[in-house]
Amino acid sequence: MGLKTFIAGWPVYRQLTGTDPLGRGAAAQSARSAALTARTETADSMARSVCPYCAVGCGQRVFVKDGQVTQIEGDPDSPISRGRLCPKGSASKNLVTSPLRQTTVRYRRPYATEWEDLDLDTAMDMIADRVIAARDATWEDTDEQGRTLNRTLGIASLGGATLDNEENYIIKKLFTALGALQIENQARI
Amino acid sequence: MAEAHPVGFQWVMEAKRRGAKVFHVDPRFTRTSALADTYLPIRAGTDIALLGGIVRYILENELDFREYVLAYTNAATIVSDEFVDTEDLDGLFSGYDPKTFTYGQRSWQYAGHEENSGDRNTHKERETAAGLRHESHGMPVGGQVQRDETLQHPRCVYQLLKRHFSRYTPEMVERTCGIPQAKFLQLARAWTENSGRERTGVLIYSVGWTQHSVGVQYIRTGAIIQLLLGNLGRPGGGVLALRGHASIQGSTDIPTLFNLLPGYLPMPHYTDHTTFTDWVDSIRHPGQKGFWDDARAFGASLLKAYWGDAATPENDFCYGYLPRMTGDHGTYQTVLNMIDGKVKGYFLLGQNPAVGSAHGKAQRLGMANLDWLVVRDLFMIESATFWKNSPEVETGEIVPEECRTEVFFLPAASHVEKEGTFTQTQRLLQWREKALDPPADARSELWFFFHLGRIIREKLAASDQPRDRAVHDLTWDYPTHGDLVEPSAEAVLREINGYEVATGRPLSAFTEAKDDGSTAIGCWIYTGVYADGVNQAARRKPGRDQDWVAAEWGWAWPANRRILYNRASADPDGRPWSERKKYVWWDADRGEWTGYDVPDFEKKKPPTYQPPEGATGVEGLAGDDAFIMQGDGKGWLYVPTGLQDGPMPTHYEPAESPIRNPLYGQQANPTRKVYDNPVNSVNPSPPQAHSDVYPYVFTVSRLTEHHTAGGMSRMVPRLAELQPAMFVEVSPELAGELGLAHLGWAHLVSGRAAIEARVLVTDRLTPLRLDGRVIHQVWLPYHFGREGIVTGDSVNDLFGITLDPNVLIQESKVGTCDIRPGRRPTGPALLELVGDYRRRAGLAGGRPPIVTTEASEREVG
Repeated sequence: MGLKTFIAGWPVYRQLTGTDPLGRGAAAQSARSAALTARTETADSMARSVCPYCAVGCGQRVFVKDGQVTQIEGDPDSPISRGRLCPKGSASKNLVTSPLRQTTVRYRRPYATEWEDLDLDTAMDMIADRVIAARDATWEDTDEQGRTLNRTLGIASLGGATLDNEENYIIKKLFTALGALQIENQARI
Repeated sequence: MAEAHPVGFQWVMEAKRRGAKVFHVDPRFTRTSALADTYLPIRAGTDIALLGGIVRYILENELDFREYVLAYTNAATIVSDEFVDTEDLDGLFSGYDPKTFTYGQRSWQYAGHEENSGDRNTHKERETAAGLRHESHGMPVGGQVQRDETLQHPRCVYQLLKRHFSRYTPEMVERTCGIPQAKFLQLARAWTENSGRERTGVLIYSVGWTQHSVGVQYIRTGAIIQLLLGNLGRPGGGVLALRGHASIQGSTDIPTLFNLLPGYLPMPHYTDHTTFTDWVDSIRHPGQKGFWDDARAFGASLLKAYWGDAATPENDFCYGYLPRMTGDHGTYQTVLNMIDGKVKGYFLLGQNPAVGSAHGKAQRLGMANLDWLVVRDLFMIESATFWKNSPEVETGEIVPEECRTEVFFLPAASHVEKEGTFTQTQRLLQWREKALDPPADARSELWFFFHLGRIIREKLAASDQPRDRAVHDLTWDYPTHGDLVEPSAEAVLREINGYEVATGRPLSAFTEAKDDGSTAIGCWIYTGVYADGVNQAARRKPGRDQDWVAAEWGWAWPANRRILYNRASADPDGRPWSERKKYVWWDADRGEWTGYDVPDFEKKKPPTYQPPEGATGVEGLAGDDAFIMQGDGKGWLYVPTGLQDGPMPTHYEPAESPIRNPLYGQQANPTRKVYDNPVNSVNPSPPQAHSDVYPYVFTVSRLTEHHTAGGMSRMVPRLAELQPAMFVEVSPELAGELGLAHLGWAHLVSGRAAIEARVLVTDRLTPLRLDGRVIHQVWLPYHFGREGIVTGDSVNDLFGITLDPNVLIQESKVGTCDIRPGRRPTGPALLELVGDYRRRAGLAGGRPPIVTTEASEREVG
């Protein structure tokens, strides 16, 4: 390595002579960092999304490679967030890839002291049976004076503020058709 | 805001850079305070006293924006001579019924409209949170009113307001809130100086206002100030709610709420809404002004979306299929019903009430007494594991081998593993693209409910029970795709938007809704989000390529309008108030309203329009009736009907307070919702004895690094590392008084529970001096529980259940407690500690005294 190359490779020299007088970009770059490639560049696909935490609605870009989320970052196009994310939004990738994430159905029998596994289809079928049975057992056609009630107070639900509008729509639609009234979410809290 | 909505706060900083003055009012000095020009510490639960002080300052000094106030508010309207104010009744309004703890509202009406209140049952309205229907529109009132344009009539709203708030002096603000007078006057001057043609001010709040037994009236007081100063419907103005969850606005608009159907249509009540016509007329209020006149079309179109071909004009569109409310079916009543064994099954959908709802013990005891529970979440949260890991398991109140609840945990898809829309805090819908499939058994709620509905319908297919017809006839034929058989979210969005039944053509505007069954609309206020068959919520034209309104990013309801009531951004003649504050105006040459935003007014109705005698509905709105969803077209300084706790906001102490109300004999909200259940209790407050047993005020909020009940943050390694422990912030003075050591332990005791936390001694909390007495407040984050990477006691366990009477939201921003150094006892000793305090406080159950005026004291004494 010649002296000239050595001096030109020195960050202070690059900072003073180059286009990065504050030393926060190219001037500060090492050979190793220059050789790195951003995960965003090698991703197979990118989805435009919205942060799932508070209601500001910051734009997110979700990068996927080999069937895994490899990066989530702020969307600079968003007029709401201008590419920024807070600590929670910045941790979104850590949220969706958290090692604590539960990905299989778990079942606790009455009076049991531990969880057991259960097949998803079986669980769906069991839940449907329980909804029907609870509805039958608690159904009210009318009150004692014959006024229409057409409902069950035996089934309740809580949640929806972190769900999509389309999800809330069919949740409310199904429960209403089943006569279940006690459908609530965080907006009450 | 910097703590809980940090990226939104960049715009406050942007405004500050351009010269805006930022004031921050909070019991605790936060990261927002650090960036504000002025920080005002406040005693939790006294905001109406502070805001009432501002109202008085405006009115006493005549600093209101008079042209705006006269044209766009009800300041000039004359109120009934039957009305009696809190000034004369020691904190109660006329019409109070001490048997039901509710008001008859006849005397609150506008003059000549006394019959307007009819036979409305306010007790029933409280039970069903009827006020919540008004999120998108005002309460009923007739269109034609008596006015005094000089504002001198002693019963005009302006004069009533002036008298009502006359006692909210700077001295009283100091005595009540603990805010020094000089700081109060600084705020009052800055706020009033940013008013008029050239300037506006904005008010921002969050659950620090809603989670109170007087929460709705907090926001009302803010709205009064903003109306008086001409700060509504104008750029840089508003009363902005910062909502706390990605789509909590959406879950209110398309409500998973017991008392609402989509678009703020009420869930039918068994005596009020017997027939379809009863139901729609209760929304329309025939005879009043405004856009709700079309409610029949909105109602018919919703039922058509639900029940398709089965819904016909002849059968009132299957109106009979809808379930009927008989009273309070809200989440807290439901939990108490679970404890009483009345509820069999419970679904939790991305919600963790064991940590996030008030009175954690009641939540967990309720869940432990179900037949079955379905928890759908990303993580194993406390509400799924209460039967094996909870404070009650530790104390022996829940024994796993004796707990009968069958629990299904079904893993949920994350926000990147499904597509759909969130509605964020400014009513903006944004479509999320799906990045990848969810792992293993994880599924979207769309998948779960679509297939649950499909399976139930299959199982009931052979049934001839009348009750099952609503299930058979349900339109449930959403297209599905992929290996997971995922229903199409876009097809659901199209139904929400609405379509012409005969052709399937998506509707462009809710004005196309018909009451003859020819249109189907899932949520009428969202009509237009799928206009022209295009997913308007998926629009992503970069902000830098648009003007500052950015109308081509996402889609806002209604009609992609970004500022509501923006007719008020122009003067009564339709001209911008000023060049600087130009937003929407009347273009006389083209004969239409125009501007940067979608005008919130009939496009071709000139500012000079006067309705013909007796006109109602939209036709009844004059050219300067800017508040088009209100029954009289005006912004309401005074609310003649619809609120449970009074036509004007009044300071009441929180349900749990260490001090007597400095303003009135009436201590707390006389209409607050109280539950008489043995599991519930309220710590004593003056004038009751023993309030000194729980002498300290505690308040709770969020940390930037955690989210609500922790289910999306304590389980995330990066966030858990940033805020690893439950803690309580105390002032150095209180730490000295109690012998609390920085980073040591303390425990807090209420009538419900005792919890422990690490002590953070900090001058972020200020002891407040009120009338020579020092009141100490402490602060805690409410994110902690027993599952996840970082764990800690849940502060919501300390709260009892007392609700706002208008919307049935709990008071969980302020309570009283005792604080002791060291860790709490465990096991049965913990119950003994709480029990000992309860005995000393005389908490035997039953409701606290509700009416505490001097007159009531005399009656009792």
